Amino acid sequence: MNIIVPVKQVPDLVEELEINSDGTDLERDMIKYKMNEWDESALEEALQLKEMHGGTVTVLTVASGDVEVDETLYTCVAKGADRVVKIVGNFEEHYDSHTAARALAEAIRGMSYDLILTGVQAADDLDGQVGVLLATYLGIPHISVVSGIEAEPVSRTATVHQEYAGGIMATFEVDLPVVLGVQAARAIPRYAPVSRVRQAMKSAHIEEIEATTPVGAGISVRRMFKPESTEHAEMIEGDAGEIVNRVMEILRERGLWRA
Amino acid sequence: MAEHDVFVIAEHLDGKLSDVTFEMIGKARSIAPALGGRAVAVLLGYEAAALAGQLGAADQVLYVEDAGLRYFTPERAEQALRSLLQDEKPALTMVANTSMGMDLAAALSAALDWPLIAYCSDVQAENGKIVATSQIYGGKIAVEAVSEGASTLVSVLAGVFPAAEGHADISASIQTIFGAANEGRVRFKGLTIPEAGDVDITRETLLVSVGRGIGTKDNIEMVEELASNLGASLAASRPIIDSGWLPKQRQVGKSGLTVKPKLYLAVGISGAPEHLQGMKDAELIIAINSDPSAPIFEVADYGIVEDLFDIVPALSERLAEVRAK
Repeated sequence: MNIIVPVKQVPDLVEELEINSDGTDLERDMIKYKMNEWDESALEEALQLKEMHGGTVTVLTVASGDVEVDETLYTCVAKGADRVVKIVGNFEEHYDSHTAARALAEAIRGMSYDLILTGVQAADDLDGQVGVLLATYLGIPHISVVSGIEAEPVSRTATVHQEYAGGIMATFEVDLPVVLGVQAARAIPRYAPVSRVRQAMKSAHIEEIEATTPVGAGISVRRMFKPESTEHAEMIEGDAGEIVNRVMEILRERGLWRA
Repeated sequence: MAEHDVFVIAEHLDGKLSDVTFEMIGKARSIAPALGGRAVAVLLGYEAAALAGQLGAADQVLYVEDAGLRYFTPERAEQALRSLLQDEKPALTMVANTSMGMDLAAALSAALDWPLIAYCSDVQAENGKIVATSQIYGGKIAVEAVSEGASTLVSVLAGVFPAAEGHADISASIQTIFGAANEGRVRFKGLTIPEAGDVDITRETLLVSVGRGIGTKDNIEMVEELASNLGASLAASRPIIDSGWLPKQRQVGKSGLTVKPKLYLAVGISGAPEHLQGMKDAELIIAINSDPSAPIFEVADYGIVEDLFDIVPALSERLAEVRAK
């Protein structure tokens, strides 16, 4: 079973995000990037499927501007990926999902694969999710918000669950190849020790594929801002004791605590 | 042709229309006049005329009926919509940002080569152009994006528009279109409705909800103790469920349950739009998070920007003390 996992770097949301002076993008110099967390789940699921069925896992990413991606790719190797590939071309530091999907489709058309696993979404996919766009450009089926993937290499099908609100799930059988948007892997994404990543840096080779596809999603950002609701929370400040006092007071006022 | 119209793709699951469908129809009614068009609801289904009849707030209902559309499959729904939209070319097509809508919106955008603005919390028409506000970066950043296309797709967050404006007690003007979906590459095999767990968090009046900030599974116990001392039930956000630390029946949010308790005490939850969707209507929301820019503080009544490992044990202890008296 040959599995392709497209991954992308996104800003680490734990860090403070700043808007640039034009008010149309993030202040990119300030950003600390990390691999999209849902892509981590997609990779974990791919590695688990490989362990069960054999085959290879190829990690693909669109390399853009100055965003550091090599260490992420070496980490994927340390976790068990067989091939890591950078798609290079005329990409801005922040490329949109349509551009990424077109570039990925161009690179993937020349590869042999059974399954493409993507993270179900990324924090910055303003113009939609890459996986679904990619499937449509490749002319293969796709299912989003997926968990519980069972692959059947012999019949060339997979059985998957799509999750809906309220914990309701649909079960689908789908012909391979397919793009699945992974919501959760069957296990917490594995951790690669630094020593293994260092080893991968020495032994693994990052391949490069050039993409020539057009860029753009047909939308323009007029304004980017931090949402400031008028109903922002009233902040409770002080030391732990004072905060606890205030919380108790609120609970009593609301009749939620009678003791 | 319907090039001035606003189309709303209705969503139904297990024989019921989703609230977000009515929320979108209400919004479509308010935008359509600015575009000089109508609000049109599109329903895909089979033997679903009764559902089509509930969409009377739309000026027109297009009901695409085919046995293959009885249950949602991404491929069939997409085929049916693709040909309809290709013919009608509405100015704006609204899709819900749900599991189903995620599959549809991006696929239609790629197939039709129409721009898509995702995760929308607002949509307007300005001089014939579609301008949408999108919530990205986990809800920390809002973007006003302008579509450059003649036809635009938006995927709309559930719960952002009032559903009441999408309901009307008038009979719908329904046009039935007979579809012809082929046996596809994606085959529906069944729907699983979860069994009720030991606790039904949608019926609890006090909820303590735990998120990613808790760090490890072992730390959940501390929050469980707080819940117990408060006489509350324990709920959680998606990452906790995905990690297998608490059962699915405890999950609040888009792919979990929607709760409206008297108290929602959020512990270490940042408040991505998917989570807020499931709890923002709680009567009282108190949030503890060390990140002052966490979106949870936008919906919370009271916020505490502190390390939860300081506050949770202190609050828990105080509740236990008072209770013991």
